[in-house]
Amino acid sequence: MDHPIKRDHSRFRKIVKGRIRDSLRKYVSSGEMPIQKGSGTFKVPMPSIDTPRFKFGDKSQGGMGQGDGQPGDPVQGEEGEGPGEGGEKAGSDAGNKELEVELSLEELASILGEELELPNIEPKGKKTIESTIDRYTSVGSTGPDSLKHYKRSFKEALKRQVATGTYDPDNPIVIPIKSDMRYRAANTVVENENAAVVIYMMDVSGSMGDEQKEIVRTESFWINLWLKHQYKEIDVRYIIHDATAKEVDEETFFRTRESGGTLISSAYKLCREIIQADYNPAEWNIYPFHFSDGDNWSTDDTKLCLEILDNDILPSSNIFCYGQVESRYGSGQFYKDLHSKYGERSEEMILSKIKNKDAILDSIKDFLGKGK
Amino acid sequence: MVSRFDMLRSKPIDGELLKLRDEILQYALDFGLDFYPVVFEVCDYDTINILAAQGGFPSRYPHWRFGMEYDQLSKGYAYGVQKIYEMVINTDPVYAYLLKANNIVDQKLVMSHVYGHADFFKHNAWFKTTDRSMMDVMANHGSKIRRYMEKYGQDEVETFIDKVLSLENLLDTNVLFESPEKARLRLERLSEAQKEEAEYDEHEGKSQALRSYMRSALRHSDSEVGPKLSGSDDFDTMAPPAHIGRRDIMLYLMEYAPLKEWQADVLGILREEAYYFLPQRMTKIMNEGWASYWHSKIMTTKALRSSEVIEFADKHAGVMAMSPQQINPYKIGIELFRDIEYRWDTGRFGKEYLECSDMQVKANWDRPTGMGREKIFEVRRSHNDITFIDEFFTPEFCERQQLFTYNFNSRTGRYEIESRDFEAIKTKLLQSLTNFGQPMIEVAAGNYENRGELLLNHIHQGVDLDTHYAADTLKNIYEIWKRPVNLKTISEDKEILYCFDGKELKIKD
Repeated sequence: MDHPIKRDHSRFRKIVKGRIRDSLRKYVSSGEMPIQKGSGTFKVPMPSIDTPRFKFGDKSQGGMGQGDGQPGDPVQGEEGEGPGEGGEKAGSDAGNKELEVELSLEELASILGEELELPNIEPKGKKTIESTIDRYTSVGSTGPDSLKHYKRSFKEALKRQVATGTYDPDNPIVIPIKSDMRYRAANTVVENENAAVVIYMMDVSGSMGDEQKEIVRTESFWINLWLKHQYKEIDVRYIIHDATAKEVDEETFFRTRESGGTLISSAYKLCREIIQADYNPAEWNIYPFHFSDGDNWSTDDTKLCLEILDNDILPSSNIFCYGQVESRYGSGQFYKDLHSKYGERSEEMILSKIKNKDAILDSIKDFLGKGK
Repeated sequence: MVSRFDMLRSKPIDGELLKLRDEILQYALDFGLDFYPVVFEVCDYDTINILAAQGGFPSRYPHWRFGMEYDQLSKGYAYGVQKIYEMVINTDPVYAYLLKANNIVDQKLVMSHVYGHADFFKHNAWFKTTDRSMMDVMANHGSKIRRYMEKYGQDEVETFIDKVLSLENLLDTNVLFESPEKARLRLERLSEAQKEEAEYDEHEGKSQALRSYMRSALRHSDSEVGPKLSGSDDFDTMAPPAHIGRRDIMLYLMEYAPLKEWQADVLGILREEAYYFLPQRMTKIMNEGWASYWHSKIMTTKALRSSEVIEFADKHAGVMAMSPQQINPYKIGIELFRDIEYRWDTGRFGKEYLECSDMQVKANWDRPTGMGREKIFEVRRSHNDITFIDEFFTPEFCERQQLFTYNFNSRTGRYEIESRDFEAIKTKLLQSLTNFGQPMIEVAAGNYENRGELLLNHIHQGVDLDTHYAADTLKNIYEIWKRPVNLKTISEDKEILYCFDGKELKIKD
C-alpha cells in the first residue's frame, strides 16, 4: 500500500500544474522558456506557493554569523558577494524561495494541451521509424560490475557449492567465484513509430527585428514541445531566407540578422528540395512553418510561391502554417495574398497573425488546434 | 487509527544495533540523563523523508504541504545536498528513527544524541504541558479531518486549512503554562457554547456574524472581561478574556469568528498541533546544544572505539560547522553548555567574579567549586532560548565564538559585517529569538469601529513586517472572520493601518 503522503504529493503536483496552467499565458508571453534538463525534464520557475504569514521583512533585518572578518567586509559564502542579486537568502529565514518545479515533457505538453484545448494529432503514413529500446530483462554471465546481479550470483555459487559438496549447512558461507557471477543484460526491442519532420522557415530580412525573432523563437519552442509530445521522435530543420534561402542549424536560425530584400519563393524552393530529398510524404508527417512579416519583393514572386505551395508543398504536408509577425516595416501583404487564395479556414493551410508576444498562445492554438 | 507499521517500512532495531543501544543507554543513564522509554526503529531514506515531511509523525491529516515538503526532501536527498540522519519524536515512549544506511559510528552518535533530546523533552519546563500521547492524537486528527473531507469535500476542507495555516505562527507562549484544569474548563465552556448555538439556530434571519457574536457574548456574560450584550462602555473592544491572552489568535477566531462547527473543529485541531510544536521552536538552541553536548560526551568518553575516531570527528565537525551567514544552533548551544559547565566548575560566577575588574585575575580565576554538571542540568530544566542567551551569553564567549552581526549595505549592494560589539550581538540575538522568531501580533479589538471588524496590532520591536506577506495573510484571515480585517503596524517609522475589506487592501496612515 502506498503511504498517504503519496496522495499529498500528487495533490501538491496538481496544485503546481494548476498554477503553471494559470500563469502559462503570462509565462509564454514573457518569452521565458523552461530550462531543459538532461533527463528529458523541464525546470519551470514559479512563484513560491508558500502559505502567507505575518513575517519580518528581509532587508532591514540583516543577520548574524560566525567566522573571520572585519566590520565592513562582505559576508562570505554564496551570499553577499556580487552586488545586486546577492543575499536574498541570508539570515536565519530562507526568504522568498522561488520554487523550481520539474516537469516531464509529457506533463508540460499536456498542460499546454489542456490550456489550449489542443486535440491529439492523427498521424498519417506508416509507422516507419525504427526505434530501439534496451530493456534490462535478462541475465547473462558477462557484464560490468555495476550491473552485477548479487542474488543470482550467490544462487549460482550456492548451486556450485552444493554440487561439489563444499557447502556446509552448519556454517553456511557461500563465496561466489568468477564463473558464478551473473549480470543484468539488455534485450533490444525494436518498435516502429510515426515519423514527423518540422521545417521552420523564417524571413530574416531587414524588417524582421529582434522582437519578431523572439516571438518566433518562443512559438517554435512550444510547437516543438507539442509535436514531440505527439510523435516520439521528430526531425527539425531550419531555413532562413531573405532574397536567397539557406538551411542552418538551430542557433543560427534564431541569431542571424540579414538585410536586403525578400524573396519568399527562395525558401519554399529549398523546403521543396528538402522534402524531396529526405522525407517521403507517404512515410512522413511533414509540418512546414513559415514566419515572416509579410513583405515580399514582388507580386510575381508571390505568384511563384503559390505555385510551389499548390504543386509540391501542400500535397506532401500534413498542414502548412504561415505565421505573420507584425513589424513596423512590413506591409503584411503576403498574408492577404494567401488569405484571398486559401481563405480563413483551409484544410491544408493555416494562417495566423501574431501581433505581439501576448498573441503567441492564440497563434499556437490556430496552428495546432486542428489535430493534423 | 491505522497502525504505524502498515504504512511505514520502519521496523524495530535488532542484532548489532540492539546491542549498541543497550550499551549507549547504560552510558546515558550513568551520566544521569533521565527520559521516557526510547523506541528506536530503522527505516530507509524514503520513509525518513516521509516522516520528516510530516513533522516526525507517521500519520497526519491530508494536506498538499506535506507533499511539498516530501518533494523537496526527496530531491535534496537525490541530489545529495541534504540528508536526515535521525528523527526523534517528543512522545511517551519517545520514538526515534535511524537511517538504515548509516554506518555504525553514525548510529552510535545518533543514539547518544537522541537520549540527550529525550532527557530534554522530559525535563525542560516548557515541555511540561506537552501531550505525550501526540502519536495517537495526530492520527485521530487525521481521521477526523479525513471524515470532514468525505462529508464536505476535499477542496473545501483543504482550502480552509490553507487559510488557517496563515495563523499558525500567531501563538501565545503563555498558553504552554495553561494547566490541564484550565484547559478542561475551557473545553467545557466551548461545548456549552455549541449547545447554545444549536438553540440559536432556531432564530432564523440572524446573520452568522451576529449569531456568533451573541454566542460569545452570552458565554462570557458572567465574567468581567468578555463582551456584554447591554450597551456597556467597552462594547467596541470585545477583547478576548484576559486569561487566554490576546495573542492566541487561533483561539480567538475559534471562539468569535462565524465558523461552521467543522471549521471550528479544524481550527482547534490545527491550533493544538501548533502548540505541540511550539516548545521545540522556543528551545532550538538549548535542545540541540544539550543533545550535542551529550552525544559528544558519551562518544568521546565512553562509546567510541579507537578505529572510529576519525569518522566521528568528521561527522561531529560537520554538524558543528560555523556559518558566516547564520547562527548554527548546534554550535552555539553546545559551546554555551560547555562554557556554563566550565564557569561553574571553576567558580566563575556570582557577584565577586562579575564585579572583578582586574582582567588578569579574571582570566586566571579558579575556585574549584565543581558545580558545573549540576548547573547545566538545572539550566536545561528552567530555561528557554531567550533566557538561556540572556543569562549566560558573556563577552568572553561572544569573542571566542567569533560572532558578528551583518546587514545589507545598499550602497555596495551586498551584505557586510556590521559589528563585533558584544551588546549589539546580544541584542540582535535576543531579538531574533523573541516570540520564537515570529512577529508579535495581538487582537486589539473584535468590534473595531463598532462595525464588527477585527483589529490586529503588531507589537513592533524594531523590525517591519514583510508587506506582501502581510497583505496576503490579511486576506486569509478575512476568509475566516468574514468581516473587514485591520492591522496596525509600523512601517518605515510611521504608524500605518492596513485594512482588507474583502475586495481591496487599503493603507491608512
